Amino acid sequence: MARVAFAPDVFTDTDPPELIGSRCGQCAAVAFPFQSTCARCGADTERHLLPRRGTLWTFTTQDFLPKEPYAGGETPDTFQPFGVGLIELVGPDGPVVRVEGRLTIGDPEQLRIGDEFELVLVPFRTDPDGTEVVTFAFAPVGGQS
Amino acid sequence: MSTDVVVLGVGLHPFGRFPGKTAIQMGVDASRLALADAGVAWSDIQFGFGGSREVDNPDAVTSRLGLTGIPFMDVYNGCATAATALALTADKIRTGEYEIGIAVGMDKHDPGAFTSDPTYYAAPEWYGEVGHFLTTKFFAMKINRYMHDHGISHQTLARVAAKNYRNGALNPNAFRRKPLSEDDILASKMLNYPLRHYMFCTPDEGAAAVVLCSAEYAKRLTDDPIFLRAATVRTRRYGAFEVHASWAAVEQDAAPTVYASQAAYEQAGIGPNDVDVAQLQDTDAGAEIIHMAENGLCADGEQERLIAEGATEIGGSLPINTDGGLIANGEPIGASGLRQVYELVLQLRGQAGERQVPGNPKVGYGQLYGAPGTAGVTILSK
Repeated sequence: MARVAFAPDVFTDTDPPELIGSRCGQCAAVAFPFQSTCARCGADTERHLLPRRGTLWTFTTQDFLPKEPYAGGETPDTFQPFGVGLIELVGPDGPVVRVEGRLTIGDPEQLRIGDEFELVLVPFRTDPDGTEVVTFAFAPVGGQS
Repeated sequence: MSTDVVVLGVGLHPFGRFPGKTAIQMGVDASRLALADAGVAWSDIQFGFGGSREVDNPDAVTSRLGLTGIPFMDVYNGCATAATALALTADKIRTGEYEIGIAVGMDKHDPGAFTSDPTYYAAPEWYGEVGHFLTTKFFAMKINRYMHDHGISHQTLARVAAKNYRNGALNPNAFRRKPLSEDDILASKMLNYPLRHYMFCTPDEGAAAVVLCSAEYAKRLTDDPIFLRAATVRTRRYGAFEVHASWAAVEQDAAPTVYASQAAYEQAGIGPNDVDVAQLQDTDAGAEIIHMAENGLCADGEQERLIAEGATEIGGSLPINTDGGLIANGEPIGASGLRQVYELVLQLRGQAGERQVPGNPKVGYGQLYGAPGTAGVTILSK
């Protein structure tokens, strides 16, 4: 069965995957996903792979089915709430950027600001032809989800 | 050369749902009320700005008010649309280009959270497809971090919402006029943790209009003018944590409201301690709490005590959202900030009836914030 990414150029086709961001050639500011010019100074940027781990800076839960353009394919009856967090990704030299992503935990009682998370791929939806569409998400380090 | 700007008249079409009535007609009704309140005719109006999200062409109000040929300019600037229309109208009077003009805002939204094409906000297309393109989710993440950093409780979120429903019950123009208890609010459905259904405002319908003129022009019509001391608009800086963004910088800067507020206080020559009544953007109960501090009205974390003590009630030391705010009125984007000005003018004139702030308030403060990270601040005084 085919397994495809939900969108191109968001994460690498490697094991483990890495998020594809950009880094400014002038001021070194990092953004996600890739953008060709810098949000801080407007200069040109280069493709930059992001660290895979970081800490939960803040979070919420998505408890209702989003309107279009949401493309998860659920109905109000089948929709399962999910967590959304802002993860401060940390590289060898310290924090790099905060990235928003789905969390593998949807229960707010099990989420704490400051907890350590890492990048994973999770099923997003299955298309009518059986293709499994995957998206990126963050799971607790140690896999206690 | 510059002149003082006076708010000569205000008009408001009730906020709510009005099947069969167009946004343009609501804008016309609000404009006529503002003209009557100002004591001038449409033919006296020298220029106008119209604001709306849903209406392509707010200028069409002229076809129901009189096609006089005046310059009439349409603006859309997210939730700060009305503040933008007001600031532009004020500028044209302050600089002496015109003596009298009108700012009109109107909208007619479908129920439920706003949606759009994320690429219009410079977010990636997939951002909407995976279910992140939601303003409610952003406000929830912002207040969740704020509660963690500054010790704000879930009960305080409920207190803010209950206060705004209570004030809305006193406001004949409000959409939600039924008081709700803190328990009702805390028992309502979770939408985005920690924010529940009754802690959010809803997009709805309505219109508001404000007639501005020079201080010289006002002398002919009133002995008791209300002055527009400041009207500022600011966008997010690098490092602010903002709505509709797939990432945030590690390096942090203050929210755009902080910069709009500081500029407004400077322009007005008025400080936060002078504010007698404030209307703040309460997209949700958490936003009102954060905006109290971002507008300099208290320190971060002080809200927990102030709100428990009733400081933000109509009879408190710092009354906030005396007309019920967005939570009780809903948000027709084009009109929302002009509704704040309408309420502030009534309060400063002593015409707010059952919801009148006691003690003859002299300084009123209004603030808007919205996607994709734009804030507007207005300061009025007698």
